[in-house]
Amino acid sequence: MARYVAQRLLHTLVVLLGVALLTFALIHLTPGDPVLVMLGQDATPAELERLRHLLGLDQPLYVQFAQYLGRLASGQMGDSIFQHQPVTRLIGDRLPATVELTVAAMVIAIVIGLTTGVISALFPYSLFDVAAMFVALSGVAMPVFWLGMLGILLFALQLGWLPSFGRGEPLFDALGSWVRYGDPQDFVDALRHLALPALTLGAFSTALISRLVRSALLEVLGQDYVRTARAKGLHTALIVGRHALPNALIPVVTVIGLQVGTLLGGAILAETIFAWPGVGRLLLQSINQRDYPLVQGIVLVTALLVSLINLVVDLLYGAINPRVRYG
Amino acid sequence: MAEPLVATHVPKRNAGRALKKLQSNRAAVAGMAVILVLVVAAIFAPFLAPYNPYTVTLETRLQPPGAAHLLGTDELGRDILSRLLYGARVSLWVGIVTVALAGLIGVAGGLVAGYLGGYWEAVIMRLVDVFLAFPVIVLAIAIVAVRGPGLTNVLIALALVYWTTYARVARSVVLILREEEYTWAARTLGASASRIMVRHLLPNAIAPLVVLASLGMGNAIVAEAALSFLGLGIQPPEASWGSMLNVGMGFLRDASFLSITPGLAIFVTVLGFNLLGDGLRDALDPRLRT
Repeated sequence: MARYVAQRLLHTLVVLLGVALLTFALIHLTPGDPVLVMLGQDATPAELERLRHLLGLDQPLYVQFAQYLGRLASGQMGDSIFQHQPVTRLIGDRLPATVELTVAAMVIAIVIGLTTGVISALFPYSLFDVAAMFVALSGVAMPVFWLGMLGILLFALQLGWLPSFGRGEPLFDALGSWVRYGDPQDFVDALRHLALPALTLGAFSTALISRLVRSALLEVLGQDYVRTARAKGLHTALIVGRHALPNALIPVVTVIGLQVGTLLGGAILAETIFAWPGVGRLLLQSINQRDYPLVQGIVLVTALLVSLINLVVDLLYGAINPRVRYG
Repeated sequence: MAEPLVATHVPKRNAGRALKKLQSNRAAVAGMAVILVLVVAAIFAPFLAPYNPYTVTLETRLQPPGAAHLLGTDELGRDILSRLLYGARVSLWVGIVTVALAGLIGVAGGLVAGYLGGYWEAVIMRLVDVFLAFPVIVLAIAIVAVRGPGLTNVLIALALVYWTTYARVARSVVLILREEEYTWAARTLGASASRIMVRHLLPNAIAPLVVLASLGMGNAIVAEAALSFLGLGIQPPEASWGSMLNVGMGFLRDASFLSITPGLAIFVTVLGFNLLGDGLRDALDPRLRT
């Protein structure tokens, strides 16, 4: 197991170095002079030169990359050109909203996906199974942005049940004030704002997890050791909970981990539709302003998050899978 | 990370059986029917479209579906059905080119990594891991953001984000195929590495790649629509389902019909490719064969 952990850590380190290299290369993909693209045709030569120097673009490439790595190692990503603030601070301000949305979507996906997947596997080809799998099949093919628009149309504009855009108080702050002052209004408001974006964002992963859990559990339920457990007279709940599900969940854990990247990407679309003040909206704003250091920073941070979550999932996978643990 | 579960080797004599199995899969046939409709719509758009999709007539703007305009008109009075038909061309083109480019890069990388191994494999597969660390849409947005919007840059961006899937699958298949007797025989006869890869390994690795290509078409179409929805993909006045949804978003309260049909078109198309992909996997996967 120790060897496995060491291997995964080394692998992540190499990937992170590659991520930094690719993010660094982004700015050099610009057709023409990136500084001219950023400042526009009206910029004076002095302004162009100043920005070129500020971004280090007047240095040889290897020096630029070394400086970039050095800055990253000390936790800096440069300054936003148009907002004149450190990129890390701008991202740090918006990240909690994106994390809240992504985690909520993930929780929805795991709870609903797991529940429907297990019920479908226990009662295969039943009415529930057929309906759930039809919904899951549709969920996988449904574009996030269209589902969000349909959600707004139905639940906000037609029925008026939920707000169509914006974020309430941060969920944990609202929960805290409820506990402290006994007034749940902020928490309810935060939940109502979160509901549509999180359900929209989580739909794809819910469908995927549901399909995967169903097929994995069906396969496990046909194994000899499950038949033995049945022959011993064990209760179905015990067979599923103790024997079948833990084994069926091993491949599911990997997929759940991989979904984090999909969710973070999807969050950009969900944030745009629901005017959710997260990193995704900041990314689009920075693209419109051609604020490349900010674009670079956001792309880097999302890749770092995905890499680190993949590492955690891999380690978790090692911990729950005996073949890896004792391999 | 777990390798995708794929078919590994489908001899030619089994191709007929696979086709028969595909034809008996009703979901896959439904998927093929959807794709056929899309292809016909895309090819014959100039003949099928009742109006010119670019003609602006402000007097008839935002008309709901009716006899004159079956699916209504947009904010500039353009016929939505006509734009939808022309949008099918963009979607299909993006799907085909993305799959071709990503497949070419990915399969070449996967063949080399799987067959040559060693440093080649280490470098290529680490590169795959690096690309996989970026959420697909984030990397595509970033590439289009620095290269500028437009069809060509969308295609470049999508090829660069999707090649990794083909590389991983091609490598995992080649790892098995390179130990087959016919590969050893070719090697013994003095065939070069490139000849073995192209003439012997590639044809036998084609089955799982076909499955991936079908699923990849759907993914590419959604990704293009997402980029266009964000204003980073196909630019006006060209019709694209994603950019039509972008316009529809602004009129959700007063003219929701603007958003219904383009979204439905994307959904049904992706569903079609997914159903065909699932059907192909079932038909080509030897482990499921009875």
